[in-house]
Amino acid sequence: MRELPRRAQIYICVIVVLALATIIRGPLSGIPWMTLVVLALLFFITESLPTPVSDRAAVSPSIPVALASAVLVGPLGACLVGFAAVVVLRRNLILVKRVFNGAQMGLAGYCAGATFTVLGGNPGVPQADDFPGIVPPFLAAVAAYSIVNALLVGGVVLLTHPPSPGAFKRRGGLRWRPLVTVELPVLGYGTLGLFIAALWAAVDFFAAVLVLLPLYIARWAFDQYVAQQRAYDATIAALCQAVETKDYYTRGHCMRVSKASAMIATEIRMRAERVEAVRLAGMLHDVGKLGVPTKVLQKSGPLSEEEFAAIQLHPMRGLEIVREIGFLDDALAGIMHHHERIDGKGYPMGLAGDEIPDSARVIAVADAFDSMTSTRSYRNARDVDEAIEELRRWSGTQFDPVMVDALIRAVERDGWRAPEPVVPPAGVVRDHPQLDHDDPSLHLRAVGESRA
Amino acid sequence: MTRAAASPWGPLGTAQFILIVVTALLVAAAVAGTAASGFDRPDVALAFGVLIALGELTRMTMPGNRQTAPIAAAWALGYTLLLNVGHTTVGHSGLQVIAVTALGMAVGELPHIAVGRAPRLDALARRLITVAIVALAFRPAADDLRPVEERWMIVIVVMVLLVGFSWLVDAGIAAVIRAESTRVRIGVAFRDELRAQVPLGLAIGASGMMLALSAGVMGLVALLVFTGPLLVTQVAFRRYAGIRATYLQTVRALSRVTEVGGYVETGHSRRVSRLALAVGRELGMRESELLELEYAALMHDIGQLSLSDPIPGGATVLTPAEEQRRIAELGAEVIQTTGVLDGVAQIVRRQSDPYLGPEQEDAPPLGSRIIRVVNAFDDLVGGSSDQDRAASVTDRLRLDAAGEYDTRVIEALDKALRRGTPS
Repeated sequence: MRELPRRAQIYICVIVVLALATIIRGPLSGIPWMTLVVLALLFFITESLPTPVSDRAAVSPSIPVALASAVLVGPLGACLVGFAAVVVLRRNLILVKRVFNGAQMGLAGYCAGATFTVLGGNPGVPQADDFPGIVPPFLAAVAAYSIVNALLVGGVVLLTHPPSPGAFKRRGGLRWRPLVTVELPVLGYGTLGLFIAALWAAVDFFAAVLVLLPLYIARWAFDQYVAQQRAYDATIAALCQAVETKDYYTRGHCMRVSKASAMIATEIRMRAERVEAVRLAGMLHDVGKLGVPTKVLQKSGPLSEEEFAAIQLHPMRGLEIVREIGFLDDALAGIMHHHERIDGKGYPMGLAGDEIPDSARVIAVADAFDSMTSTRSYRNARDVDEAIEELRRWSGTQFDPVMVDALIRAVERDGWRAPEPVVPPAGVVRDHPQLDHDDPSLHLRAVGESRA
Repeated sequence: MTRAAASPWGPLGTAQFILIVVTALLVAAAVAGTAASGFDRPDVALAFGVLIALGELTRMTMPGNRQTAPIAAAWALGYTLLLNVGHTTVGHSGLQVIAVTALGMAVGELPHIAVGRAPRLDALARRLITVAIVALAFRPAADDLRPVEERWMIVIVVMVLLVGFSWLVDAGIAAVIRAESTRVRIGVAFRDELRAQVPLGLAIGASGMMLALSAGVMGLVALLVFTGPLLVTQVAFRRYAGIRATYLQTVRALSRVTEVGGYVETGHSRRVSRLALAVGRELGMRESELLELEYAALMHDIGQLSLSDPIPGGATVLTPAEEQRRIAELGAEVIQTTGVLDGVAQIVRRQSDPYLGPEQEDAPPLGSRIIRVVNAFDDLVGGSSDQDRAASVTDRLRLDAAGEYDTRVIEALDKALRRGTPS
């Protein structure tokens, strides 16, 4: 408790006192105690097993139990049920948090119950006659629960981690999407409370088993999904790194291009699914290099027409490999066109300006940026500022200025971890330096073309 | 995993044909019977019919190419087990349940058919049969189970037993169909089907029971309120099925890097994986083991990426044993870095180890032995589909088997080749 800011301490005390005062004020008579004990037990069980609804938010299936309590045992009963959160089975949960959670859920339960009663709902096991009249007050109770819950939790988050003054401006105001992704499931789960209450009349406590079982199966399916997603990411990363093992200098290139591409995509506010696709395309953008003979990739001097053509082919070879990955559709273009230039002098198609798909314009900038900030056999890594300077220089001719600006903003805000300087292992002696086709300052060209 | 029986209107297996004909007759009888006796509570029937249609609209494909419509199944089960709506009892017959479900499913399929996603008839028939079993057994007994409040424990036990029984029958039918189309053993297929059904089946069963019981108190409002939570569950399963499919697709696609790099012959990884799966099925491997085998087969040559120069022709069978083992080890290391595919890495690591017979200590896993045989076979036969050449290569493998290959695997390969590999 001591390490909390003073304002947060006061806030928590006020909430706890408020909740306790509500209970003491009573009246506690008339609450069906057996039902209350069973509900509190259910609340305790469900609160001990949180269900993730998205990658960043977790919603407890305790919400339907809390709302069922508001109907079955009234506002005060719901408040008492909420207090069961104090003894919840979660390890690393400190006492202050437990007490606050209990008080906060108690208050939210009380408000839900009070809303329900004020709007004409009768606390107790609902009968067939109560339907459908019971639905509007119940939905209002769900809304009240979710609002009170959000306000109380939001307050404590705001006081313990006050946002820096510039944060709002920089992020472009309040972000609604995360809020919606948390609140919508709360509303969806909340309606299940009415089922528990209604089924209570027919099958007693077994109601909770019937209602919560599908919920836990949904949770199981979601866990499976998250695990598979992780496994998927890890597998793609491993395969991309395998493609790079041969070349000592470009190791980790795919991971870093993937990261920088995602940074740019987020910065220009692509939709989450597109950011994900661009991230993967960034990872896979150079798999086609395997199809280019090693001696051409490693050649130092001027390239012949055929050799340059072989290099120019690598985006197409990459496309050939990943074409069948269904969900990449949007990002496939990013892999194929990541060496196009805004002025139309790139390859393989010589597209210009807006003809180049935006995912390709993103990857092009990320690709060049990582190439410049990494060590190559013919030069040391440049620092980030130099690389940014270089990107600015080619902005508008080689690169899309929008993407360049986005990368610069993102790097200035979040920083960039350039790779460790590479020291070739003993025994690896290169008789000739290997030029990197991604390095914008080199301008790899076929011999004939560069004279023109 | 299996890609057999892809075309819904194409040639059907015997079991599928019988199933579809029986279901069609059942539906015809149900519709005719209900039409003759008149619909009990047409409003309730209509509400459930519409919801079943909507559920059918959101059908999805779970891993293993299993087409399911969990929301439609839950609504149909709810209608089957319905005892009261509000104060009034409902007395619809089992035949009416079948008729309403069939009509709802048909209407829900129309938009799918309109956009060219025709349903798999056998999956459709199975969904209907599962409902029919519960309906025909439960509806006649419905009168004895009311009022629910007084005997809710009996009601629940009856419901659970009936639903469980219908699952067993469904898994049995699915196993027979799968065994027929992919040559997997029936016992193995039955256990696979049961395992695959447990999570969704539990969710559908609990939802259906809850729906039927709560409608007794809440009336038809229950149907509306319940749509949200059902969708949440469905979304979770859909995302899971989606990532599983993408995963396999991606590994299949990326297994081609060795081909594009000129390390192996074109199509090698895919041919090996297809044949390895056929052999694995022949040897009675479970679905989860087959998935690991498929991943391992697709990536078995990934270690070659670490070689500075491709092996001429890419045929690992002709390279010295020491080199083969090094490639296997390098490949296993790559796969190990994923941190999740340890079983696959183990199969790849041991793929070039000799097999000395059943008494060998620390023998390579079955998956490795299969890949070793199939890889050698493909290296020697290549993309050729010449039967005689395949037979002579199999004979050569038999001769070389002592101290090298698992003879059981070679025999299984021979059988799989004779049957023709499932495409």
